[in-house]
Amino acid sequence: DDSEGLLLIYVFFFLSPGSKKDLETRLLAIDDNLRTTTMAPILRSTPLVALLVLQISLLFFASTLPISSGSEDSNTITGRVRIPASTAIGHAAKFSNIKVVLNGGQNISFLRPDGYFTFHKVPAGTHLIEVYALGFFFSPVRVDVSARHHGKVQATLTETRRSLTELVLEPLRADQYYELREPFNVMAILKSPMGLMVGFMVVVVFLMPKLMENIDPEEMKRTQEELRNQGVPSLSSLLPASP
Amino acid sequence: MAMALRLYLLLIVFVSSAIVSFSLYEDQVGLMDWHQRYIGKVKHAVFHTQKTGRKRVIVSTEENVVASLDLRHGEIFWRHVLGTKDAIDGVDIALGKYVITLSSEGSMLRAWNLPDGQMVWETSLHSAQHSKSLLSVPVNLKFDKDYSILVFGGGYLHAVSPIDGELLWKKDFTAEGFEVQRVLQPLESSIVYVLGFLHSSEAIVYQIDSKSGEVVAEKSKAFPGRFSGEISAVSNDKVVVLDSTRSILVTISFVDGEISFQKTLISSLVEDSGEAEILSPLLSNMLAVKVNKRTIFVRVGDQGKLEMVDSLSDETAMSDSLPVADDQVAFASVHHEGSKIHLTVKLVDDLDTVLLRESIQMDQHRGRVDRVFINNYIKTDRSNGFRALIVMEDHSLLLLQQGAIVWSREEGLASVTDVTTAELPVEKDGVSVAKVEHTLVDWLKGHILKLKGSLLLASPEDVVAIQEMRMKSSGRSKLTRDHNGFRKLFIALTRAGKLFALHTGDGRIVWSTLLNSPACARPSGISLYQWQVPHHHAMDENPSVLVVGRCGSDSSSPGVLSFVDVYTGKEISSSDIGHSVVQVMPLPLFTDSTEQRLHLIADTDGHVHLYPKTPEALGIFQREFQNVYWYNVEGDDGIIRGHGMKSSCAGETADEYCFTTRELWTVVFPSESEKIISTLTRKPNEVVHTQAKVSTDQDVLYKYVSRNLLFVATVSPKGAGEIGSVTPEESALVVYLIDTVTGRILHRLSHQGCQGPVHAVFSENWVVYHYFNLRAHKYEVTVVEIYDQSRAENKNVWKLVLGKHNLTAPISSYSRPEMFTKSQSYFFPQSVKTIAVTSTAKGITSKQLLIGTIGDQILALDKRFVDPRRTLNPSQAEKEEGIIPLTDSLPIIPQSYITHSLKVEGLRGIVTAPAKLESTTHVFAYGVDLFYTRLAPSKTYDSLTDDFSYALLLITIVALVAAIYITWALSEKKELSEKWR
Repeated sequence: DDSEGLLLIYVFFFLSPGSKKDLETRLLAIDDNLRTTTMAPILRSTPLVALLVLQISLLFFASTLPISSGSEDSNTITGRVRIPASTAIGHAAKFSNIKVVLNGGQNISFLRPDGYFTFHKVPAGTHLIEVYALGFFFSPVRVDVSARHHGKVQATLTETRRSLTELVLEPLRADQYYELREPFNVMAILKSPMGLMVGFMVVVVFLMPKLMENIDPEEMKRTQEELRNQGVPSLSSLLPASP
Repeated sequence: MAMALRLYLLLIVFVSSAIVSFSLYEDQVGLMDWHQRYIGKVKHAVFHTQKTGRKRVIVSTEENVVASLDLRHGEIFWRHVLGTKDAIDGVDIALGKYVITLSSEGSMLRAWNLPDGQMVWETSLHSAQHSKSLLSVPVNLKFDKDYSILVFGGGYLHAVSPIDGELLWKKDFTAEGFEVQRVLQPLESSIVYVLGFLHSSEAIVYQIDSKSGEVVAEKSKAFPGRFSGEISAVSNDKVVVLDSTRSILVTISFVDGEISFQKTLISSLVEDSGEAEILSPLLSNMLAVKVNKRTIFVRVGDQGKLEMVDSLSDETAMSDSLPVADDQVAFASVHHEGSKIHLTVKLVDDLDTVLLRESIQMDQHRGRVDRVFINNYIKTDRSNGFRALIVMEDHSLLLLQQGAIVWSREEGLASVTDVTTAELPVEKDGVSVAKVEHTLVDWLKGHILKLKGSLLLASPEDVVAIQEMRMKSSGRSKLTRDHNGFRKLFIALTRAGKLFALHTGDGRIVWSTLLNSPACARPSGISLYQWQVPHHHAMDENPSVLVVGRCGSDSSSPGVLSFVDVYTGKEISSSDIGHSVVQVMPLPLFTDSTEQRLHLIADTDGHVHLYPKTPEALGIFQREFQNVYWYNVEGDDGIIRGHGMKSSCAGETADEYCFTTRELWTVVFPSESEKIISTLTRKPNEVVHTQAKVSTDQDVLYKYVSRNLLFVATVSPKGAGEIGSVTPEESALVVYLIDTVTGRILHRLSHQGCQGPVHAVFSENWVVYHYFNLRAHKYEVTVVEIYDQSRAENKNVWKLVLGKHNLTAPISSYSRPEMFTKSQSYFFPQSVKTIAVTSTAKGITSKQLLIGTIGDQILALDKRFVDPRRTLNPSQAEKEEGIIPLTDSLPIIPQSYITHSLKVEGLRGIVTAPAKLESTTHVFAYGVDLFYTRLAPSKTYDSLTDDFSYALLLITIVALVAAIYITWALSEKKELSEKWR
């Protein structure tokens, strides 16, 4: 399992283009990300060697969450739901109506006033956490509870494939369940098919007489004569050419 | 004329501004849909009636709901639906502001804020074994924060701080053979008594210091004989228990830790005694025992001496005791007498002192009283008043106060098990049920208001008026059939065995019936079928439904059939059929002269029985005898068996409506690699409009439409558990399509690294199913469409002209089907509880999948999104046909949630039924809540929407006519003046 992962990392490493400077800046960014995690101090001391390790950590050990505890079979997953005030439209983001669901309904947890939730007695393995809040769409979260590392938890958003450094879940978007009534808008009416038709007719009614005025009456008479001479168009000319 | 044209143009501008609306606007909520909130059958109730603040009652229910109800009106202040495995064991109020719930067999303790239901803290308690779970919130806790909540569960006694849920101490009681029976904490005492039985023959009392959790003292005493486990705590130092013969009451007193037994023969208390049973109510110094179908009250004296003080008839429900003023304790009992119930509140110490006696008229269809909870209040004359919350046999919840029912809640509807639809009666001439709008002026006024609303020119008052007008719009809730088939009845069968008819217009209960049976008191309902639907013949008969039930919970217990008139809700007849019910099969297309539908019922002996038991039905059945096949699924063994009819079982019994069957085929799944987790067939009454499907390149595909297809999903035994319990390598999901007549496997599709649960929907020639992909760690939805290959040759026009096609050839299940399938998979970002599909009258309208998500919302997803013909870059022609470019996951568009901003808490099923209008379908979703709406998957193409402004049309016409006349007059005038010139 691990060797396969390493192989993938190598591939990724070789494929990823970029100058040394590029790598350095990326390293800085990574360093910033990892400052909170336990790995950070070691990595900072040997930046060049750590490069590969960092790539690994980015890909696979994306997040090492300190908030987990427990023995072999009863780990605890603790996380937090945060709804930014800016995304709340119309719906009051009431924590009392939010549910956090583990593995499609195996366990249901509720939020504390500060937004924290906990799942108790979770066996080691790969789990799925979903947050249901009316008015918001949350990405499901893949949570790996490690058996070897005393229930260490890693989390990844399955929708965006973004890994989380800490289990703080934020909505991907706010959901608006109703259509909004368009305010009365003249332009919208004119742009609609009906409006275009009306516009054309307006042109015909108001502008055609003006155009007609400009035409020479003599010429008009001649055209009418010509049309009369042509006679009634024959049926054959109306039919499309047979294949 | 130019003038007329100009006016006309202006009017067109005006008309075109009334844009037809498609999806739901916020002000349209409640026009076509309704939503009802329930909580389920109440298990525990705690009153909170302090002087300040609103009076409420906290309840926990069998649907795992904890809720706070308004005591005045019965409305829900807040509620929480816990997980399905999180059954509530106890509920109480602590510190006067927290609701404490104990759930999951005593391993989860939560505190909820009393006013708004916000969770305050949550504590997971250690549990090592299955045991009783007891929640004890000391009374003192209301005043003194030094006390802690005592919880026994999983073999451990825990003390939890009520403020933050911190675990103060825990004590291990998991010793072999030791069962904790009671945890008692006397008032004003810091000692907790834990009483338990060792091997049911030795009583042990532990005295534990409530501050530290240290065992202060431990006393035990062996009992000559065995205890039966049922126990009643009568006071702080005494309990009464039955011995294993159930004929001796043993009083165990443990004053100061010294245990003493005192035996009393029940026969010494009552004369004709049999086996006794201790009833659950907690009374102080008193005990309720059920002997010989009577309830006797036994007073426990100071020395443990027992004496009988009263006896009541069997049908009595009792409440726990309640302290009233002056150190007195009262309790309530309710018993039936005819159509009335009598509520009596007495003092425990003095049964002759009746504090309250009330008689209340009670609906027969609520059954008996199941539970009683009482609460007292001080009246203005300083005497005690009582209110009683009662739970009836049909699960309804009622509040009684001052001899009347203050409010009632039909909580039976929180546990709907089966749903069917029924038509309303036809409106007869001269019988006008609801009034239509009065005058033309009113009508016009209404429509002008609507017009203003749609142009957003309405003032707030107008908006309110419009909303009100729409809500009670003409005949929405009439009790007669309408032209479009929008008014219908949904017949719902509940777990309590009650049948409800709900009106689609406003969701009100038209009638309700509690099922009765001559064989047993209350049969449990299993399923519902349409029995008689007159539409060609027998028009004077009322339609009826068949309710299949059984006496008892075991599948071999005898079945009961009940026929209920749909118009009136009256039970026409009820019969005890004398055999068990395993499977009920409505025979398609077989009806007798009174349009009763033929049904076959299979029993545990492998026989099938024909209903109705009439010679005519038998005649019809005999004609088709050879063509009747059925199958059964033995999920545990992984076997599917197909059966055919063999002969009448006249040899064994004299019953000529009983038939034996022969086994035709079996499909056995290898038990070590596959386990059946889901089976599904098409809805038998589904209508398919066309068999042919023309694709863009003038190619014709023929749908393989067969009623005998069975979808089966199996998963590796390891993967049958929850997500997270298996690795992708260990689990595989395999789906099959099996012909149920021949047992032929038509298609097999394997998904490696996937697992259930599988939620599927089968319609026309396609199956859509939802499962979990372990590799991607995402949910997936797969569509499989089945096409008929044998008809694919019928493309040439000449073949059709010369009659060399096989379109009219008879279809037989025995002919080898030449078919091919197309399938495609997509990711889906949510867990799913159930999937349904819309159904319309003729099957012309395109379909929508209705996906009930784990968030208890229902998402309508157009079938075009799950079309195997989707490609990454559809050609222009394909785009014109409506093929959507392929994406890796299915979109969730918030506006297509048909439940909009509502939730159908505890969603369990979605039922769809066609309206008469082809474009429209009824959708009914049930769970703890009920939700109904009307959907038009392809918009209402065959009717004007409700928003259509007739007033505008009328005004336009009038204006046009006027304009014509005016311009005509003007042009006349002009001509005249020109002539004068």
